[in-house]
Amino acid sequence: MIKDGSLVKQEVAQLNAPDSEQLRVHSIESFGTHDGPGIRMVVFVQGCQFRCLYCANPDTMDVKGGHFLDLDEIVARAVKQKPYFRDKGGVTVSGGEPLLQRAILKKLFDRLHDENINTVLDSNGRVIDQQAKDLLDVTDLLMLDVKHFNNEWHKKLTGLSNVSTFKIAEYRESTGKPMWLRYVLVPGWSDQEEHLHELGRHFKDYKSIERVEILPYHQLGVHKWEALGMEYKLKDVSPPNAETLENAASIFRKYFREVRVN
Amino acid sequence: MLKLSQEVLEFREGTWNRKIDVRDFVTLNVRPYYGDDSFLAGATERTKELWQICLAAMKEERERNGCRAIDTETISGITSHGPGYINKDLEVIVGLQTNELLKRAMKPFGGFRVVEGAVAEKGQQVTQRVKEIFDYTKDHNNAVFAAYDDEIRSYRSNGILTGLPDNYARGRIIGDYRRLALYGIDRLIELKEEDKRLVDGEMTEHKIRLREEITDQIIALKDIKKMGAMYGLDLARPAQNAREAVQWVYMAYLAAVKEQDGAAMSLGNVSSFLDIYIERDLNEGLITEEEAQEFIDQFVMKLRMVRHLRPEAYDEIFGGDPTWVTEAIGGQFQDGRTKVTKTSFRFLQTLYNLGASPEPNLTVLWSQDLPEGFKKFCAQVSIDTSSIQYENDDLMRLVRGSDDYGIACCVSYQELGKRIQFFGARVNLPKTLLMALNNGREENSGQPLLEGIPSLESDYLDYEEVMSNFKKSMVEVARVYSKTMNIIHYMHDKYYYEKAQLAFVDSDPGIDMAYGIAGISIIADSLSAIKYGKVKAIRNEEGLTVDFKVEGEYPKFGNDDERVDSIARDITKFFSQELAKHKCYKNAFSTLSLLTITSNVMYGKKTGATPDGRKAGEAFAPGANPMHGRDEHGAIASLNSVAKLDYRDAQDGISNTFSIVPKSLGSDREGQMENLVGLLDAYFGLNAHHLNVNVLNRETLMDAYEHPENYPQLTIRVSGYAVNFIRLSKAHQLEVIARTFHERM
Repeated sequence: MIKDGSLVKQEVAQLNAPDSEQLRVHSIESFGTHDGPGIRMVVFVQGCQFRCLYCANPDTMDVKGGHFLDLDEIVARAVKQKPYFRDKGGVTVSGGEPLLQRAILKKLFDRLHDENINTVLDSNGRVIDQQAKDLLDVTDLLMLDVKHFNNEWHKKLTGLSNVSTFKIAEYRESTGKPMWLRYVLVPGWSDQEEHLHELGRHFKDYKSIERVEILPYHQLGVHKWEALGMEYKLKDVSPPNAETLENAASIFRKYFREVRVN
Repeated sequence: MLKLSQEVLEFREGTWNRKIDVRDFVTLNVRPYYGDDSFLAGATERTKELWQICLAAMKEERERNGCRAIDTETISGITSHGPGYINKDLEVIVGLQTNELLKRAMKPFGGFRVVEGAVAEKGQQVTQRVKEIFDYTKDHNNAVFAAYDDEIRSYRSNGILTGLPDNYARGRIIGDYRRLALYGIDRLIELKEEDKRLVDGEMTEHKIRLREEITDQIIALKDIKKMGAMYGLDLARPAQNAREAVQWVYMAYLAAVKEQDGAAMSLGNVSSFLDIYIERDLNEGLITEEEAQEFIDQFVMKLRMVRHLRPEAYDEIFGGDPTWVTEAIGGQFQDGRTKVTKTSFRFLQTLYNLGASPEPNLTVLWSQDLPEGFKKFCAQVSIDTSSIQYENDDLMRLVRGSDDYGIACCVSYQELGKRIQFFGARVNLPKTLLMALNNGREENSGQPLLEGIPSLESDYLDYEEVMSNFKKSMVEVARVYSKTMNIIHYMHDKYYYEKAQLAFVDSDPGIDMAYGIAGISIIADSLSAIKYGKVKAIRNEEGLTVDFKVEGEYPKFGNDDERVDSIARDITKFFSQELAKHKCYKNAFSTLSLLTITSNVMYGKKTGATPDGRKAGEAFAPGANPMHGRDEHGAIASLNSVAKLDYRDAQDGISNTFSIVPKSLGSDREGQMENLVGLLDAYFGLNAHHLNVNVLNRETLMDAYEHPENYPQLTIRVSGYAVNFIRLSKAHQLEVIARTFHERM
């Protein structure tokens, strides 16, 4: 339900049905080149609790939206794409927020591994429980979206706190499995130098972090907000210019070996 | 055995010394190159200066409604026009079709009236002398129509059979132009004389024709020698160095385009052959890399300046003024070595040195085993220029058998010097389907064209009924199509024989009859809609379908969905097998293409609404592409659908055009190249046949649509070849812009 131009808070527990053989999906992109290494099939799942003001896919928020796809169907599609994956590519699950369907995704990733297909999870780290950990254990690469280091700003940007996001990062580090951090750079909202430094200092000793990706904020999703009858609050915010991007990148480079603008 | 000049004997000897066997020469002497592009040189000052003259001339050409000048007095032939230069002092490779840059010549033996009309459209007149000649001479066009029956005429006028080469030259034949450089005219004549002597005994029709053909070829060879002399070149002997090798090959090709105005006149596969001469001269210190590149740049510049005199209707059908000078680059030898040489790179480098261009139609023969450095360079050139296309070398070598082949026209395999091809234009298959739905009547005129097609009375179309009618229709259309082709090619041989090209082909070559289909994705979607959704036919008072209402979702071609992809595959197989049941003139082997060239807009205009929901007049998708915007699962799903079409059923080629915005290929240049290479490896690994690659922003095209003057060289790939975007009609430009661009971000 849309209230005051926003989607209201929703109950998400029923999304995570361990016995289900179906994933609630928004769409599948067969030629993904921006969500993980190589050429990837990207499964955009439906449902997210974050209400990021800049969200480029607001149509993936509603936990009751999208459609169900059989896990076997998803695996079959991935298998048909295998020739394109070569040594780097594979399947990325993005969203929406994949962790909301963590138990089902664990089964999906297991089956993809049976087919020797690499798995990437693109998540905001919203949920941390045993099932989430089990999913991370079968995730070859975690791309963790850190929306903001500062919890107050995080709440302003997303409506929710960032506590679980850091816990997910901590757990990932403890397993020693690789992780990329992704950071959406929104001028005036997430480009404050002191917070970028704080983020750098917090994560600089993480051995699991292979790369930090800066995703420049863009307005390509605005029309979706309008179509949904939702209010887009960042209309006046322009995408970051080259200088802003380079500034953020240079700060991150003080702490991380590999920093890229995606 | 014939004596060879001293110079040629420096090469490794083999069967090529005893008989004509260019492949053997290349195999023995080529030096495959496994490195990267770092050795390449830029354009020399001379080349740059020459190219500026060409650019200015092309600008004038555009300003004069696409035609800079016409010679209305002379019938074009090998020796008809004296030497022509762009600027003699700057040219290292010489030769123009006429005495003046971009001046078009009349080649009226395909159809005098068409030439007369084309000249009149430019506000000029064919001189009285030439007119009088055709009062006494029969041309190909007259002859074909003398033999056509009523059925063929009505299929033709109703657009069931389209683009037939019955009033202009058929093209498609590739001479093995390398032969001139390797053997020289004198030896080629000797060998042709010997061939002719062997055609003796009881004089069957076949032998009589062959003796006449070989005689014509010898006449052409003698003329080519004279043409060379006009430029001070001694073509009697083999080429003795790299510059001559390039020059000799070009002279052989130039003779072909002076004599014929075939829709498509490919160059073949000359780069690695020329590399042998270039490597030798480089090693002996006779030339530098800059000079080697200069030969290729200037050769390519000449190929870019090839023009034919076309009527406006022709330009409309083909979307501009294409010549299809297709050069196949790369590929592998059957023995496992690569055919890639430094000169393969040098040809691609011309797209940087001279800027992007639709011609020559550079076609990379892609193999999984191509050297990585070459793969990467190809991807880079695609990303930077959108000027090259790719074809599956592994597949063609396996199915067709030879590793020494060129690409005829857009996408068609043709073994060099051993086989030729009879161009067969194509059937409009959606119109065939509409006849099946309208008890054999053409959907616009209501004219009955097919007998024995039961009428469908119910509002909702029944799949079994439709399929039964459609198959009957295809059987009939194949029958008419086949007899049409036999008439056309019989007459073309008789009245407009390609003596200059066939002089460089074995005397009794194998022949492929190159049939074609337009609109396969509309057929697949239409039948899928009828099978998996509900399709209501809306009919006018005469009972002709004028529209269709599609209810419910149905699987669409281009989404890697077997339910509909199998329909596309099965229909292709069915029609291909039907065609193969008919006997071809000269015992040609029946092949089929899924190709529209640029005619997909024109086909659409002439075709009524179809059961997939496409409205009357809407453009077809090009080639075997999914319909615009219906491939909803991204690029790979789209590619996979097309890859399922079986090349064995369509050995003339399956064209697919892929447009992607640079950003969607990857976030940085390195990643973009890597992903494009990965995409090509995977697509062709699935036994797909062909891919045009456009890496362009839609905004660029929109801007070029609005401001053509700013984009004189903007090149885009369409079905099977490349065009200069701003020379497309406005309608065609919009159609290209509307195509599926893969642009997920």
